[in-house]
Amino acid sequence: MAARRKITLDRRKVVANILKDRGDLLLVTGLGAPTWDAASVEDNPNNFYLWGGMGGAVLTGLGLALAQPQRRVLVLTGDGEMLMGVGGLATVAVQKPSNLAIGILDNQRYGETGMQETHTEHGVDLAAMASGAGFQTTSTVYNAAELKTAIPMLYNTPGPVFVDVKVTAEDQPMILPPRDGPTLKHRFRENLLGSI
Amino acid sequence: MVSKKSKTWHWSQDVHQLFKKIGIKQVAYVPDGGLAKLLERCQADKSMRSVVLTTEEEGVAQMAGAWLGGQRGVLLTQSGGVGNCINMLSMMQECRIPLLSLVSMRGEWGETFPWQVPMGQSTIPALEAAKVIVHHVDQAEKVPETVQAAAKLAFDANRAVAVVISQRISGSGSKG
Ligand SMILES: Cc1ncc(C[n+]2csc(CCOP(=O)(O)OP(=O)(O)O)c2C)c(N)n1
Ligand SMILES: [Mg+2]
Repeated sequence: MAARRKITLDRRKVVANILKDRGDLLLVTGLGAPTWDAASVEDNPNNFYLWGGMGGAVLTGLGLALAQPQRRVLVLTGDGEMLMGVGGLATVAVQKPSNLAIGILDNQRYGETGMQETHTEHGVDLAAMASGAGFQTTSTVYNAAELKTAIPMLYNTPGPVFVDVKVTAEDQPMILPPRDGPTLKHRFRENLLGSI
Repeated sequence: MVSKKSKTWHWSQDVHQLFKKIGIKQVAYVPDGGLAKLLERCQADKSMRSVVLTTEEEGVAQMAGAWLGGQRGVLLTQSGGVGNCINMLSMMQECRIPLLSLVSMRGEWGETFPWQVPMGQSTIPALEAAKVIVHHVDQAEKVPETVQAAAKLAFDANRAVAVVISQRISGSGSKG
């Protein structure tokens, strides 16, 4: 169980900071608020938003990272979404994709469905679970200084990297990127591969 | 290649060769006895990445990521694993992402283990309800051509396709 510390970070600012100098980063976002957070920065063809498939963000990132070993892949998802696919941390750790990083926007809530508490509210430590699975680089971030240290890890430290960012449980305005599945798929592939 | 008439021929030889020919690069699975020979061949092959999953739905999401990144993959699963995939399959349908899957049946032809029967009997209806196209095959010689047809439908026509391999081929099981 993780030690309890005060949570102050605003998820929109966290995501804006993470994506500020993204370069050619490939981004996969988990359903719900992480998708809107990414869209609040910009709608980018290097983003693939999951609008469903709860629990699938990390493995979507793994398939992409294995297919594109020269590109950095970041999965940004919620604590609830991560918990649903938590076995995937073991699968990823065994594959050791050096270009994959996972960032959790951990508000300790199922935000979209009415802010019900998730297991992380009760002390379940996602970074420790990743570490137990075999991730060599893990971190839990509570404040701006720690975030500043963690962002280069997401981009540069050999993966797989896992960063659990504790964010305040506040509803944010919905900023909706495109959600038509074939459109998202086509533009991502066209931008990356030059063909659909 | 060993002739199909030879006693030592197994469908997994031709299917593995087909995987190579059509450029399969990611092979995801939770092991199953009916697929064991194919898994061994894929695992020994450095031209494809074998990924052992904790649950089969991970493989559905992985296949989506692989396709987004420009690679072809295949999900190998026991019929029981189909039940673990249902919600994740919505991603393939909604985004029209190809899925090639081989499903090794249990709870069907000559089954003696009762706990396999419920999901075995639900496998094809569940796949069809999830809008996965099902190619059922019950003769070993027909497995390779069926996988080849399914691969075209998946990767060229952007569809989710499952080749359901009858227990008649793998032999009736009495284990998990
Ligand atoms: C399989 C499944 N179960 C439940 C839901 C309902 N649901 C949608 S979003 C969500 C909460 C996601 O929580 P989290 O990942 O922590 O994101 P947050 O909104 O808190 O940032 C849930 C439970 C769903 N979409 N799919
Ligand atoms: Mg949450």
